[in-house]
Formats: sequence, structure tokens, C-alpha cells
Amino acid sequence: MVPLSYYLALSGILFACGVTGFLIKRNIITIFMSIELMLNGVNLSFVAFAAHWHALSGQIFVFFVMVVAAAEAGVGLAIIIAVYRTRETLNVDRVNLLKL
Amino acid sequence: MTPKLHLWLIPVLPLIGAALNGLFGRRFSRQTVAAVALAFCGAAFVLGLWAAALFSFSSLPVPHLESLATWIRAGSFQVDFAFYLDQLSLVMLLVVTGVGFLIHIYSVGYMWQEGGFYRFFSYLNLFMFFMLTLVLANNYLMMFIGWEGVGLASYLLIGFWFTKDSAASAGKKAFIVNRVGDFGFLIALLLLIKHFGSLNFEQVFQSASKMPAEAAEAGLLTAIGLLLMLGAAGKSAQIPLYVWLPDAMEGPTPVSALIHAATMVTAGVYMVARSHVIFDRAPMALMVVAIIGTLTALFAATIGVAQTDIKKVLAYSTISQLGYMFMACGVAAYSAGIFHLMTHAFFKGLLFLAAGSVIHAIGGEQDVRRMGGLKEHIPWTFWTMTMATFAIAGFPPFAGFVSKDAILCRVYSSPYGSSVYWAIGVFTALLTSFYMFRLWFLTFFGQYRGERSGDHGGAHAQPGADAPPEHGHGGIHESPKVMLIPLVILAVLSVAGGWVGSARFEKFLSPVFHARAPASNAEQAAARETRAREHKEEGASEALLTGVSIGAAALGLYLAWLLYHRRPQLPQQIAHALGGFYYAVANKYYVDELYAILFAKPLVDGSTRILWQSIDQDVIDATLDNSADGARHVSDSLRHMQSGNLRSYAGWIAFGAAAVIAYMIWMGTR
Repeated sequence: MVPLSYYLALSGILFACGVTGFLIKRNIITIFMSIELMLNGVNLSFVAFAAHWHALSGQIFVFFVMVVAAAEAGVGLAIIIAVYRTRETLNVDRVNLLKL
Repeated sequence: MTPKLHLWLIPVLPLIGAALNGLFGRRFSRQTVAAVALAFCGAAFVLGLWAAALFSFSSLPVPHLESLATWIRAGSFQVDFAFYLDQLSLVMLLVVTGVGFLIHIYSVGYMWQEGGFYRFFSYLNLFMFFMLTLVLANNYLMMFIGWEGVGLASYLLIGFWFTKDSAASAGKKAFIVNRVGDFGFLIALLLLIKHFGSLNFEQVFQSASKMPAEAAEAGLLTAIGLLLMLGAAGKSAQIPLYVWLPDAMEGPTPVSALIHAATMVTAGVYMVARSHVIFDRAPMALMVVAIIGTLTALFAATIGVAQTDIKKVLAYSTISQLGYMFMACGVAAYSAGIFHLMTHAFFKGLLFLAAGSVIHAIGGEQDVRRMGGLKEHIPWTFWTMTMATFAIAGFPPFAGFVSKDAILCRVYSSPYGSSVYWAIGVFTALLTSFYMFRLWFLTFFGQYRGERSGDHGGAHAQPGADAPPEHGHGGIHESPKVMLIPLVILAVLSVAGGWVGSARFEKFLSPVFHARAPASNAEQAAARETRAREHKEEGASEALLTGVSIGAAALGLYLAWLLYHRRPQLPQQIAHALGGFYYAVANKYYVDELYAILFAKPLVDGSTRILWQSIDQDVIDATLDNSADGARHVSDSLRHMQSGNLRSYAGWIAFGAAAVIAYMIWMGTR
């Protein structure tokens, strides 16, 4: 049986990859994918813990996260298309209208 | 069974009048305003007369007490809305309503051309309400309400022509100087509550009468007495708080007559007389009252000699006469003081009304140097004013003679008295006679020194002149009947008011003043009796005292005649010869300037530099400004975090999360 720490290490690596991608990439779609990577990193630690403690709540939580991620992907892609239509770019550094 | 007098109606009636005129007067015609004011004030007078009639003819048991409702109840301490009628308050009631009613009538004529007619009568009725509350109160707290209320009415009426700067500041001055006195009165009330647990006259005097007289050492009663005297000095314009009264002459003349001569300023005398139980047992406080009264009488009389404004002369004479009343109270001759209060209300009210009539006649001129020769032009005013002048100067058989003589006699013979008071009193009588006749000669005799009647209309336009500013009339003219009738009635009273005799008056008031005389006083009274008998045996003594005071009055008349009628150039030379002293007197001994340097300037400077510039600007404002500035600077720098750059936000979030995790790990490993 694979020890828990392996799973957690993999989960941490996945999450760190996601964060790094989120911070250094400029393309919105890449950033979006990085977010999915982070979510899945977290999911992995959930299921690992659930299996380790023999508790179902962790597994169920993962389903919730997946549902939310799917919904988010739907909404997020719609927003990306809308942004591209108006700004004609997907570079986040040029999508900075939030500034006052 | 005691008849129900409904005493509460007496003060409340003028209050209704004040409310009606104050709320709806703007829409009333002048006739309606005058009718409302006169009706409610007159009704109070009639009720007062009815009370007096019941008292005299159906032997109303006095003191008569009517309680309306409980006002304050805290533990055993209770204050009621209750009214108290005894001989003393009956005298005051009749004087206030009677003279007040006459002055209301006069005001209708005097103020007819003025703007704010309804406002004037509303204030005047309001004053009557508060004054009657003061007089009829059953406890010190209600008296205090009346006391403050008359101060308010006085302030409103002094500043009646509030667009005039001098009138507005005179009102403020009166109010502020009175605050100093009221401060003393209030502390006296608190002391009474603390030590007697009541403010009710009956209870306080009952408890106080059980206390021994504080002959040698000054104790509680002395403290209360001195504080009450401080209050009285403020309201009744005694040294050191007299400075507001001369300035109060900025108000309309009927106001000067009613409030600043006949009634309100005598409230202090009434209060001291009412508190006689306390003063009787505090000889030191009595002595202070007598000394203040004597000094004020002399001091104000000397200033009066050199004043040129007709109303200012009368104002200083009022202060001086009030000094006489305090002198009488200070030697425990309260009834003599109240007697003088009554006659003074008649003749000084008359003097002011007559002066108002003179001012009215020559179109707003108040400077006696620009009057003269008015005798033929305004005979009614002349004759009534003559009565009053003779009365105040103390010529027999006028009212002022009887009461002033009573005071001087008692000052000499009372166990608290001394010949020094008497000597100063007589000298003051000489001065009084002198400055009053000076005024009389300057106003009515000689040549008219004002502008000739042809171009006399110009005098009207003088800003600040106390008279109806625009009423077209040609030349010097007599006042209308509505003004003359009160003059005549008051003239009759000035002549005959004293005929009741001081002895009979004293007997009338004796239930008030002798019921609770301290034991030692009773002995002293007995001693006084024997002394009086000795006096009678000596025979000449009392007659001599009277003779001296008449002589002083006659000498004053002669000097005034000599200086201001016979040789009008002499006063100038005398003034030159006196030099600095004359200027000191003419400038009221620079007391106003002294007070300005001693009190007003430090206060203003202190407020400006310390309170305003140091505390308000440098501390309070600075704290607020600096904290706002600081917040703005911090926000200015923090603003740059809001870059709109998605990745920088993400970086901050990541950084924050990392910081939280680091903290948790650090906490966990500790």
C-alpha cells in the first residue's frame, strides 16, 4: 500500500505547479487550466485522506469540488469568449479595467 | 373655612396675555394687542386687589397657602407648585401689579409708533408673569424660577431694539452680570437643601429659627446669608455688580420704569426681607448687607451728579435708592426697606415715565445739556415730574421723605446700626437732592438748548435715540392722554403714598418680621423699646434726625438752584477746578474699564489664546486634521496595490496564503 505522504507530496506538487502556472502565465486559458490543476491537487489530498481515515465525507467533498469546477469552467470559458470579443486579446496584463 | 383665592391665576393671567400676543400678535391690530395686554395685566391687578380686600375686611388668615401640585419629590425632599400670601407678598403683589398696570397703559402711548408693538407687550406680560411668580412663591425654587425669568424678560426688553449694537450688548451685559449673582443664589439654595432638606419657606424658617444666632463666629447661616446677598446684589444692582443697570437704559423707557426701577431690581430687597429669619441670625451677613447698601447709595449718588443723560441719572439714582433699601435691611429694619421699596416704585416709576414723556416731547433727545425751558411746553409732565423730584429728594410731606426718614431713623437707632451709616445716608440724601434738582433745572428751566423746533425733525432721525423714530410732529409737544393719566396717578401716589406712615406700615408687616425673631433679638427689641422711650424723653433726638435730613434735602435744592439756574456758568468752572476727580466721576470712576481689564479682558484673552487657539485649534482640530491627513497619506500609498493586474492580485493572495500557512506551521511547532 502506498503511504499517505506520497499522495500528499504529489498533491502538493500539483498544487505548486498550478500556483506557479497561475502566476507566470499571461494567457487566460493557461491560467484557467492552472486553476483546474490546483483544484485537482486539492482533490487528490481529499481522497487520500478519505481513504486513509476510512471516512466517506472526503470522497463526497471531491464530487462537490468537481461539480463546482465544471460549473466554473462553463462560466469561465463564456467569460473568456466575451473578453476576447471585446478586447481582442487573452493577455491578462492587458485586461486591467479593474483598476480605478 | 379659608376662602379659595386662586392665587395661581394672578401670575398665569399675564402669561396667557404674553402667549396670545406672542403667538398671534403679528396678525392682531395694535388696538387688539394693547387690549389683550392691558386686560390680562389688569385682571391680575384686580385679583390682587381682591386678595387685599379679603385680607383687610374678612380677616383672611395669613399666611395664606395654596398648593397646586407637587413638582419635585425625591425622598423626603419635596417642592410644590404652591403660592404663599402674607403681608409682605401682599405689598409686593399690589406694587407689582398696580405700577405694572399703569406702566402698561403708558406703554400703549409710548410705543404706539414702534415696530414690534406686539413683541413688546408680549415681553412685558411675560415679565409680569415671572415677577408675580417670584413674589408669590412658596419656596425658594419657584422664587428662583421667577428670579431667572425676570432676568430673561429684562434681557429681552433691554435688547428690544436689537438691531442697535449698543442695545444688544447692554442686554448681554445685564444677563451675564446677573449670572454672577445667580451663581451665589443657587449655591445658597443647595446649602439650604443640604442642611434643611427643604426649600419651602415655612420649613426652612422653622428649622432656622431653632438655630442660635451666629454672633461671634460665622457659620452656616452666615454663609447662606452672604450667598443670598450676592444674588441680591446682582439682581438689585449693588456693588460690585451694579454695572449692568446704567447700560440697561438702552431699553425703551417704560421698560426702564417697570423693570429697572419699580419692580425687578427690588426683587433682591424682597428676597433679603423674605429670608430675614436667616439674616436675623447672621449678624455678620447683616453687616455686609448694610455696608454694601451704604456704599452703593453713596457711590451711585456721586456718579449721578456728573451724568448728562437723563435716563442715566435716573439709573444711578435707582442704584442709590436700592442702596438705601439694603441699608435698611442690613440693620434688620426690613419693614422700612420694604416701605421705601413701595414709595420708590411710585416716584421712580413716575420719574422714568416723566423722563420718557420729556424724551418723547423733544423727539428722542436724552442729553440734559440739550434740554431746558420745557416747563411751559409740557406742563403736565413738568408738574408730575416735580412731584416725583420732591419725593425722591425727601421733602415732606412727599412719600420719599417718609420712607427715607424711616430708614435713616432706624439706621441710627437699630442695634445693628451706627451713626456712620446714618451720616453717609444723610450725605447721600444731600447728593440725591442735588442731582435730582440739577436734572429738574436743566430740563425744565432756562432756555431751550436743543435744536429749534423748526429743524427739530432732524433729531428724530438720530440713530440710537430712545424714542419713536418717525412720528411727524411739529415742535415740542405734550404727550397724549394715555401717557399722562398714569403720570398723574403715580404723582398722586408719590405725594400721598407715604402718608400711611412708617409706624403703621411696620405694624402691618410685623407678623412677617417678628414672628420668628431670634431670642436675642427679642431682648434687643425690648432694649430698643426702652431706647426709643429714652429717645422720646430726649424728645429732640428723633426730630433732630428728621430735621437734619430735611436740611440736607433743602441744601441740595439750594446748591442745584445756585449752580444750574442762577449761575449756569459755575458748574463748568467747578468741574475745571476739580480736574481729574471730576473726570473720574463723569466717567463713572472707570469701573467699567476696571472690570474690563480685570475680568472681561482676561476672559476674552484666555478664551482666545487658551481655549480657542491652544485647545480648540491646536489640540482638538489638530488631532482631527492630522488623523484625517494620516489616513489619506496611508491610503495614497496603499492605492497602488489596486493595480487592476490580475496576476499581481493572485500574487498577493498566494503570498497571504503562504504567510498564513507559515504562521500556522510556526504555531504548531512551538
